[in-house]
Amino acid sequence: MSRDPPALLDYGRRWPLRLVMFAVFLFLYVPLAALVLFSFNDSRRTTRWQGFTLDWYRRMIADTELIAALGNSLVIALLATLISLVLGTLAAVALWRFRFPGKALVSGGFSLPILIPEIVLGVAFLIFFAHVLPWPVGLPWPLSLGAITIAHVAFCFPFVAVVVRARLQSFNREEEEAARDLGAGPWRALVDVILPYLRPSLLAGGLLAFTLSLDDFVITFFTAGPDTVTFPVKVYSMVRFSVTPKVNAISTVMLLITVALTFVALRLQARHGGRALPG
Amino acid sequence: MSAAPRETSWSGQKGAFLALLGPPLGWFLLFFAAPLAVVWAYSFGTNVGAAEIAISGTFANYARALEPLYLGILAKSVGIAALATLICLLLGFPVALAISFAAPQARIWLLIGIMLPFWTNLLIRTYALIAVLRDEGLVNTALASLADALGLPFAPLRMINTNVAVIVGLVYVHLPFMVLPIYAALDRMDRTLIEASLDLGAGHLRTMFAIVIPLAAPGIAAGLLLTLVPALGSYLAPDLLGGPNSQMIANVIERQFKRANDWPFGAALSFMLVYLTFLILALRPLLARKGAGA
Repeated sequence: MSRDPPALLDYGRRWPLRLVMFAVFLFLYVPLAALVLFSFNDSRRTTRWQGFTLDWYRRMIADTELIAALGNSLVIALLATLISLVLGTLAAVALWRFRFPGKALVSGGFSLPILIPEIVLGVAFLIFFAHVLPWPVGLPWPLSLGAITIAHVAFCFPFVAVVVRARLQSFNREEEEAARDLGAGPWRALVDVILPYLRPSLLAGGLLAFTLSLDDFVITFFTAGPDTVTFPVKVYSMVRFSVTPKVNAISTVMLLITVALTFVALRLQARHGGRALPG
Repeated sequence: MSAAPRETSWSGQKGAFLALLGPPLGWFLLFFAAPLAVVWAYSFGTNVGAAEIAISGTFANYARALEPLYLGILAKSVGIAALATLICLLLGFPVALAISFAAPQARIWLLIGIMLPFWTNLLIRTYALIAVLRDEGLVNTALASLADALGLPFAPLRMINTNVAVIVGLVYVHLPFMVLPIYAALDRMDRTLIEASLDLGAGHLRTMFAIVIPLAAPGIAAGLLLTLVPALGSYLAPDLLGGPNSQMIANVIERQFKRANDWPFGAALSFMLVYLTFLILALRPLLARKGAGA
């Protein structure tokens, strides 16, 4: 990609393409910009500008339910990411390393959680945790979040597996053989040779799992109980009830977290010599 | 390069194999396959009593799901999702093309620009659209001041609680799924083919349809599927942006579980959606081949 395209092929500078691109970016960012702007608006209404205030942020911090929901979401996302990283990496290494009967079935099966519609997974966990394996009520926090975390891991770890497996495709097995020749056991070789090589994909996969878990509404909506409300479920009930700038304020905070996480990930990936971009 | 063998047989290292595959496979079977199997079993069940369901092996739930009312909702869901996917393609292809021909530094920023909304919470994005599309929302406020300036009469456009809002919402949420795979395909494309086509006298439009689009076909096929499948099962956009007449299949499923309390019927509807999803995924090789052969 070092070669500069000749002017003949300079599609990036042709006006029809530029126009569409401009319109699409406007479409993507105007709603978000308005959302942020009206979180500072000195009025209950979210359309007409009345003057600057931080009042909605004060009310947001005072809303203990909302802050508790955000805390639940972050804890679930963190736990689900850690477990997904372990399970996803194990699955990827097993599928990369071994030939075994039924491999196509297992490999295809692991991609099902990515393909199955969210609503179906949601009702599946609703039935499962209601009739098959009731999650005990009244457990101390954060054990009470167990059911949701289990559900999140089920759909997050296959994404980690996909990302890690893609990275393993380019691993040179001779490096591992060299370590084995020098006396490392299979476990040492995995930890000292393969895992460091996988680091960029672990970062990308972990970030993907974290975002998917934090973002999930539908599956959590079916799995959450009254005392295990997550951030999206809480915001959903607020939005259903009434449109208030408090939702704009908390959304702005979440947007900031997203932007910060994305840039941290890009930085780290660039430093570890991985691809410069997520996805 | 690949002198060392890629894969070894599991029978030689059973312990290592089980230690690696056991945990993820166990989790998958217990917390994914088993719950889905229960839904599948319930779809052949009957309600007996308030919270009890007997797996009676009946096909009554599927028969009900095939009644005109529910078949209509299913067809409408496919229609709305397909229309949103088509709009995503029409918007996403030019954007992907423009990004792939941008200067390297600009390209990174443009890709981040497409990715950022995708990383943002779905509920936040849908909520942001409500403020834009409401009767007294941004679009209508802007139109009102425009009409005011021109001295024209103005009646607010009805967008929220309509099918239009649902489609706008689906396009808004799924556009990155379309742009990224098409960009990836265009990025790998051999550009000398475009030069050759232009040198041989084909215009830009003809080159686009005869060279660029067929070469990008795998990316387009991937983008179509990545957009259509999640759009079909969407719950939030029709729920928050749509009205009573724009309910999609996911909303009907939710109602069976949360309000109507008819779990067997909800289970049957869920599996109708699963079968439909697999049917769409089965079209992928067809799509890709058609594009490549054109």
